[in-house]
Amino acid sequence: NIKEIGPGVEPLASKMAGADSDDSLYPIAVLIDELRNEDVQLRLNSIKKLSTIALALGVERTRTELLPFLTDTIYDEDEVLLALAEQLGNFTMLVGGPEYVHCLLPPLESLATVEETVVRDKAVESLRKISHEHSPVDLEVHFEPLVKRLASGDWFTSRTSACGLFSVCYPRVSSTVKAEIRQHFRTLCSDDTPMVRRAAASKLGEFAKVLELEYVKSDIISLFTALASDEQDSVRLLAVEAGVSIATLLPQEDLEALVMPTLRQAAEDKSWRVRYMVADKFSDLQKAVGPEITKNDLVPAFQNLLKDCEAEVRAAAANKVKEFCENLPEDSRETIIMTHILPCVKELVSDTNQHVKSALASVIMGLSTILGKDNTIEHLLPLFLAQLKDECPEVRLNIISNLDCVNEVIGIRQLSQSLLPAIVELAEDAKWRVRLAIIEYMPLLAGQLGVEFFDEKLNSLCMAWLVDHVYAIREAATCNLMKLVEKFGAEWAQNTIVPKVLGMANDPNYLHRMTTLFCINALSEVCGQEITTKHMLPVVFKMSNDQVANVRFNVAKSLQKIGPVLDSNCLQTEVKPVLEKLASDQDMDVKYFAQEAISVLSLA
Amino acid sequence: METPTKLPPSSPSSPTTGFSVPSAEKVDGFPRRSMRRARQRRSHSSSQFRYQSSQVELTPLPLLKDAPVAELHDLFCKKLQQCCVLFDFLDCVADLKGKEIKRAALNELVESVATSRGVLIEPLYPEAIKMISVNIFRTLPPSENPEFDPEEDEPALEASWPHLQLVYEFFLRFLESPDFQPSLAKRYVDQKFVLQLLELFDSEDPREREYLKTILHRVYGKLLGLRAYIRKQINNIFLRFIYETERFNGVAELLEILGSIINGFALPLKSEHKQFLVRVLIPLHTAKSLSIFHAQLAYCVVQFMEKDATVTEHIIRGLLRYWPKTCTQKEVMFLGEIEEILDVIEPSQFIRVQEPLFKQIAACISSPHFQVAERALYFWNNEYILSLIEENCQVILPLVFGTLYRVSKEHWNQTIISLIYNVLKTFMEMNSKLFDDLTASYKVEKQKELKKEKERVELWRNLEDLQEQRLQSLTEASRNQKNLQERENTTKSQSETSAANTT
Repeated sequence: NIKEIGPGVEPLASKMAGADSDDSLYPIAVLIDELRNEDVQLRLNSIKKLSTIALALGVERTRTELLPFLTDTIYDEDEVLLALAEQLGNFTMLVGGPEYVHCLLPPLESLATVEETVVRDKAVESLRKISHEHSPVDLEVHFEPLVKRLASGDWFTSRTSACGLFSVCYPRVSSTVKAEIRQHFRTLCSDDTPMVRRAAASKLGEFAKVLELEYVKSDIISLFTALASDEQDSVRLLAVEAGVSIATLLPQEDLEALVMPTLRQAAEDKSWRVRYMVADKFSDLQKAVGPEITKNDLVPAFQNLLKDCEAEVRAAAANKVKEFCENLPEDSRETIIMTHILPCVKELVSDTNQHVKSALASVIMGLSTILGKDNTIEHLLPLFLAQLKDECPEVRLNIISNLDCVNEVIGIRQLSQSLLPAIVELAEDAKWRVRLAIIEYMPLLAGQLGVEFFDEKLNSLCMAWLVDHVYAIREAATCNLMKLVEKFGAEWAQNTIVPKVLGMANDPNYLHRMTTLFCINALSEVCGQEITTKHMLPVVFKMSNDQVANVRFNVAKSLQKIGPVLDSNCLQTEVKPVLEKLASDQDMDVKYFAQEAISVLSLA
Repeated sequence: METPTKLPPSSPSSPTTGFSVPSAEKVDGFPRRSMRRARQRRSHSSSQFRYQSSQVELTPLPLLKDAPVAELHDLFCKKLQQCCVLFDFLDCVADLKGKEIKRAALNELVESVATSRGVLIEPLYPEAIKMISVNIFRTLPPSENPEFDPEEDEPALEASWPHLQLVYEFFLRFLESPDFQPSLAKRYVDQKFVLQLLELFDSEDPREREYLKTILHRVYGKLLGLRAYIRKQINNIFLRFIYETERFNGVAELLEILGSIINGFALPLKSEHKQFLVRVLIPLHTAKSLSIFHAQLAYCVVQFMEKDATVTEHIIRGLLRYWPKTCTQKEVMFLGEIEEILDVIEPSQFIRVQEPLFKQIAACISSPHFQVAERALYFWNNEYILSLIEENCQVILPLVFGTLYRVSKEHWNQTIISLIYNVLKTFMEMNSKLFDDLTASYKVEKQKELKKEKERVELWRNLEDLQEQRLQSLTEASRNQKNLQERENTTKSQSETSAANTT
């Protein structure tokens, strides 16, 4: 009863009792109490439902009471602030639409200055979002001044946040304000703290995109050059990415003079982090600068990166080999690859670092489509074969997983002699994850090698995995069988794998007996009604008498699973009695699953 | 003027063993990661070697001790230049002769700077600093192990250490030489030099960091003009560590230097220093790898308090804000630091923070992890803390009583229960009247809490109903508006057509 709640809360309770939708129902104080709850979790829940509170208050009071409260008094755990920053990005309708969206700026401004990066980033994200909802006038009157305040804040956090906001307001303000924005951005690019320079460098490309071309040439280039020779490598490496964006904006004739000197320097930077970044962005860079510069500058630069003294850089470059070659200008592609790239690739095949080799292995097969049959056989095939014998399983796996590219060009037979030992070795690898990976490629391999080769060489491996001591492998092996049957057909299944699978039903190890059931589950549908009824079902029935309860309840589960494949007569006359018997089993799990099967198959 | 005090004595020439101290409590029955990852380690490259284009053949120079006084400086200079040649240490058999010549030359230089007077004359400064820069400044190689865990894994050791160590030793002796003149050195040991020196603190090799620590401390002590700059750059490194990368190997070493710097701060504290405490030192507590540098960090924090008691509230509230939510190991560290702080807290400051503090302590006592609960309950064994509690019993007891009462009945761990009984007994003796009152009202309070909770649920249920209604009416309104518009449009077009008809 309401009266007993106590004097402090009575007004709320009694008002709630007569709840119809009146704004004054919920005094802001009660709601704010929720936002201030001592328990962080409850506070967090309340903040996450801030829109509910705002709806209850209505747009007017949300603007005049809730937002000022949020702006002034919230000093909270970062987790709560994060939720708040996110909420406010979707608050436009709750404060009365775009007309009033600027009311959201004060709380977001304070959130954009907090220390915790995640909160700040979220606040900036929300600010960017609502910037689009500002009218051009509001953008100049409310939004841009906020950006300026942030840009000239005392502590680095606000200046860092400002960097992300220039590009969203620049396109829609007057030219005077534009000039101011450019000036602020320039200042931040030479900020005293590396954190701010990093933020500016990471937004440089984005900012360049919204600038007029004349300012890109006059302003952005000098900023880019300065950031790319910063004393801190963490700043320089961010400038690389900006360089790529800037290059896409400039006309071809300006590239050489304005960005190439800086990019060349970055490719030879003394810090491996910067060189790594260049390698990582190489394909984008290639697209941005076009074929001529690629031929003259990027090819030698790429060769150097492939030969870099740090493995990290070599691996990043190796990852780009295929893409780089693909995007080379067609007229000189083959010559460049054969004379400049391939020699480096050959060396990487025997690199000392396994990450480099495995990065290369993941793309090298793609070269065969580019180079064509003869070159592939003469130059690439020896490399594939060497990698198939590599000591590191990941390298071999990466080669095997990309066999389809080679298959299209020269056919897989060329490789099959070397392939087999590699597959066998991976299939028996001590690490189960490696075994799992090779199983997953089996259907692909089977498709490419053909049924004869498969039966002769690989079938026994596939069966051996069924009795692996790791469950995940046995499970993957059953799934693999199903995919093989999809490829080779039911008749093949009946002749080769079904007898072996059913044979395991007599295995002394109950785990293997269960594997028979799992295989039946997987195979019944692809094998069809006849095989299922004739060959599999009798085995399942026989196993319903197994002494291990786990086997028995899996029989029930299997029957449920394969039921849809069987005809209704068989279900009624054969399956039903078995399930009924299991439903009166001593073991409660067996009973449970038997009953479940009966009801799913509607045999009750 | 601030004066750095001496660092705790630790001889950098003997590689420190203080690096990997796996905490003994972490017995979890699982094999250590480092053991599982017993793969072959390749000794580490440093990128510095690639910049030397052609390898110079070294020829041994005459010994310094045999040189006539007139030629001594010239020979010293030549040896410095000779030591600028870098060698490939990844290939351990490459150019053994050259390596040996450089090693011998470095040894001589070290000995000469350390023992003979009058060697360090002005023209040698640029040569010495150049030799040091060429050898030690390099981009540190990528970590061999991307998820390197300093507590579990063996650090990658610098391959060129046989030379590098001697270069560091030379630098240290150079700075410590009675002949060393800061006014000359500051031209060469400038901001750019210091910045590069600080970046080296990220080295995975603990031997290198140990040298860097002592060297930076000497530089800070002797080159006064660089002090503010060094502090600022250390700030930047910490902020990058906290908010950007979460990786920096030398945090503990830098904090150790700061500990002695804080000790020398002048009073009253400048706002720059307070800002450093609040915005850098306190947030450092959030780091995942706190355990590696917690001792040094707590030392710095306590130093601040001892300098100026008014920062106490900032510190405690800061720690409470960053209190670990899920990592009990860190929670125990926080409790340890709180005890260190309470050990030296002024009673007037204690009163300002006791409420939020003891709410947190109560929360720790009710932790299901017994080490956390135990660590919190140990506070009652500390006589100074006990005296503070006694003085403020009226405030503190009501804050913790409910928890103590409840946990004493339901904690799974016997030790915790007996510790709680002791604490309850202590409180009973402190203020038996209050204790009895609280015991009597415990049930009523519990009831009140339950009721409050029910009201909360009710409030939110109603709010959500209301939201539903509002949303409905909103969609209805917009639908109506749309209909209205459509109707207007149709009437308009109708009137238009009719107008057209009439014409």
